[in-house]
Amino acid sequence: MLKKLRVALASVFLLGLTWLFLDFTGTAQLWFGWMAKLQFLPAVLAVNVGVVVLLVALTIIFGRIYCSVICPLGVFQDIVSWISAKAHTKQKAGRFNYSPNHKILRISVLVVFVIALLAGAGSFVQILAPYSAFGRMVTMLLQPLYMLANNFFAYLAERYDSYAFYSVNVWMRSLPVLIIASVTFVVLVILAWMHGRTYCNNICPVGTVLGALSHRSLFGIRIDETKCNGCSLCSRNCKAAAIDFKNHKVDLSRCVDCFDCIEKCKKQAITYSLAKKPSGNVTSSAKDIKQPTRRAFLTATAAVTVGAALKAQEKTTDGGFAAILDKEVIKRQTKIVPPGAISLRNMAQHCTGCQLCVSECPNGVLRPSGGLLDMMQPVASYERGYCRPECTRCSDVCPAGAIKPFAADHEEAKAIKASTKIGRAVWVEKNCIPLTDGKNCGNCARHCPSGAITMVPSDPNNPKSLKIPVVNDEQCIGCGACENLCPARPFSAIYVEGIEVHRTL
Amino acid sequence: MEKNIDRREFLKRMGAGAAVIGATSALNSCSGGAGYAMIENIDPAGSGTKPIGDMTYRINHECGDKVSILGYGCMRWPNDPKTGVIDQETVNRLVDTAIEHGVNYFDTSPAYLRGLSERSTGIALKRHPRDKYFIATKLSNFAEQQKSREASIALYNKSFTELQVDYIDYMLLHSIGGSMEDFNKRYIRNGILDFLVGEKKKGKIRNLGFSYHGDNMVFDHVMKMHDEGQYHWDFVQIQMNYVDWITGNCRYLYEELTKRNIPIIIMEPLLGGRLSKLPNHVIAHFKQRRPNDSAASWAFRFLGTYPNILTVLSGMTYMEHLEDNLRTYCPLEPLTDGDMKYLEEAAHLILKYPTIPCNDCKYCMPCPYGLDIPGILLHYNKFVNEGTMPNEQGDENYKRLRRNYLISYNRTIPALRQADHCIHCNACLSHCPQKINIPQELEKIGNFIEQLKREGR
Repeated sequence: MLKKLRVALASVFLLGLTWLFLDFTGTAQLWFGWMAKLQFLPAVLAVNVGVVVLLVALTIIFGRIYCSVICPLGVFQDIVSWISAKAHTKQKAGRFNYSPNHKILRISVLVVFVIALLAGAGSFVQILAPYSAFGRMVTMLLQPLYMLANNFFAYLAERYDSYAFYSVNVWMRSLPVLIIASVTFVVLVILAWMHGRTYCNNICPVGTVLGALSHRSLFGIRIDETKCNGCSLCSRNCKAAAIDFKNHKVDLSRCVDCFDCIEKCKKQAITYSLAKKPSGNVTSSAKDIKQPTRRAFLTATAAVTVGAALKAQEKTTDGGFAAILDKEVIKRQTKIVPPGAISLRNMAQHCTGCQLCVSECPNGVLRPSGGLLDMMQPVASYERGYCRPECTRCSDVCPAGAIKPFAADHEEAKAIKASTKIGRAVWVEKNCIPLTDGKNCGNCARHCPSGAITMVPSDPNNPKSLKIPVVNDEQCIGCGACENLCPARPFSAIYVEGIEVHRTL
Repeated sequence: MEKNIDRREFLKRMGAGAAVIGATSALNSCSGGAGYAMIENIDPAGSGTKPIGDMTYRINHECGDKVSILGYGCMRWPNDPKTGVIDQETVNRLVDTAIEHGVNYFDTSPAYLRGLSERSTGIALKRHPRDKYFIATKLSNFAEQQKSREASIALYNKSFTELQVDYIDYMLLHSIGGSMEDFNKRYIRNGILDFLVGEKKKGKIRNLGFSYHGDNMVFDHVMKMHDEGQYHWDFVQIQMNYVDWITGNCRYLYEELTKRNIPIIIMEPLLGGRLSKLPNHVIAHFKQRRPNDSAASWAFRFLGTYPNILTVLSGMTYMEHLEDNLRTYCPLEPLTDGDMKYLEEAAHLILKYPTIPCNDCKYCMPCPYGLDIPGILLHYNKFVNEGTMPNEQGDENYKRLRRNYLISYNRTIPALRQADHCIHCNACLSHCPQKINIPQELEKIGNFIEQLKREGR
């Protein structure tokens, strides 16, 4: 009964969270956005006291239910392990064995993790963090397939004159992160296939913290020595390797409350019940995070190829399309982080690299950084689209407080976002179309949502000369409309530099 | 027509569609040709039937040519959807069907279809005896680098190679009427018009004329040349249809040409399909009077009613278009006075719609900055005509219409070719025969779409 309840709840969480990462329309977020906010590490980083208290209390009272129900990576490993069990037909009685608690390993990983967190070594933190690892796998490996399937439906819908589906761009957001996600996936599948919850009980820092809390949880798995006949079925079916059947002991710091053993025991010797001697000694998990000061490193992802600038050719025949060069990803001196991130420092301190904002971004702006220290954290670039004024998706979904919502009300949030400065536009004279092609342009000024660009004559002495843009730095919000819509290709004649601290104009 | 179906309905219909396909294929497989017989049985002798009867012809009194009232405009040959190049096999079939039913006038230009129309038309016509048809092509020297004498002659000579012919029946100065300066530069100062007159004397050109887009000024000037015997125009091609008859200057042009007894060739009888893709209630207006006739047939009968018209060009991309026009002109049934009045009412209904007068001639293309100009304008018109414009924010359908418009826009026009990429370089302005202020219209549409986007999340 307990197991069925656990499986049902876990399925809801896994499906909800998976859809959250797959969905690009913003619908899932309205329904399941709260599931991301319930994740432990993001909640700690967001200083989301309510959620942290709730999870701590849950664990102290009921044990590591979190790991079996709420954590998507845990549930994912359970599924792998379950399939593995079906495949291991020769080991019907169970393929696991009790192993002692690797306390030193667990604590040292946790210590290194906390040090990395305090030192701001984001990449290390994000590789180990369970929720982020899950988000990364779904975003990098599964979402492209989901989008391709969607595009297929969009293609069919178009043929049926239906607007039920619309197609989206599928693109490689970051090769290093794709590789990390693939490796994470392979390693986890192998570990779960062979040994069940190895990762959760040896490496996962959240597992270690929660394990410390659940060590003496009020409710827990107990073995009734009077009923036990020492058949070892419980140990052999414990994916956490936490049951020592010989001594009738269950290591509650590793037990994830999956309740498999209760069902397996033929003597009804195992129960999930209150401890005989309630313990009052609970270690605190509150992590005091100091403000590490560090400069964000450059996002060096630009592979710069020299392309011939598009020259307008005079037409001689009718019809056809002029070729359009793709915009190159450019190197920015200071990276751009999405509005709501507050500052590069805030982003570095809070982001767990879960990729939820990246998978949500409808404008092709956000992608995970490939930089060494900010690996997997979102950065903005404008060659595919720009940060549109009506969109606040990334700040709506972020569970870690790395991108903070502007306001509860969407209209209000839109208004604040539209006046939040995340960068400044810089003009590049040598690419500007009026100067290179001798053509009237002004597309940057025409599309600047904050009216920060004015067109002035290129020759100050001749008011009729072709006009070039000048940027009012104080009004520019760094949304990238100018950069994205600039006709100069592959390098825009106006581009956005990030700023370290965002501000409201 | 129900255009907007939700996801559930969509999936349901797909299922139903698959079931129907399954059912019909099952039916066909067991009863053989019976399936076709059934379809023919349910179709009355109306708009679904093959054309029957004889083509109406007009005699060119200048040279005695017996020209079919339906002429083939070779500006809109179908593309192979897979390769994106002209689907020659279909072109051949269209030409064969046309000739079989008496069409004998084919109008092309070195500029059409990215410069590929002449070759494709030539390949299709080469398969028929040369005396079965008349070929019209043009001197399309629009670009500055083509306006010199040498370049113009090279362009002219190329037409013979592309079309695989040794004489051209109807040669046109392509689209004059922009300005006197342009006319003089393209044809007079470089001596090209005299060159063409010489070619006519040599027999390489049988008739020399021009196609016209513009106000009356340049027209009056070239008519004066004709009147004073400086140059003789064997024929003139003008844009005429029942809407322009009210709003444009084609009535003046027609009357002036008729006064001088110059044979007239008509282009844009349907305004690039705008007079067949009409709002439902305008279609209903036509169908009420003649239930089996298409809206297009009215446009063609209107033109056929004017006696000085030699032929009416139609850019028939699909076999249905060709068959429909053949039905209308085999033979022509001129409009009665009552019909004429009825058509005028329809014209006024059409004029109420704020569509952009783009005929998809693609003269503006390629846009040097990669925009799909006609695509954007026609997409806009489509929604105006269907009455599915998301105009009123308070409207209960607004949210749905807004979503549909944006999805449809992104489907039709690739992101980098959309209106917000227009930089107002104004290169297109001089090319548009309809004198649309393209950059301005694109900016309006771009702003409208930006507005729609901003109302989202």
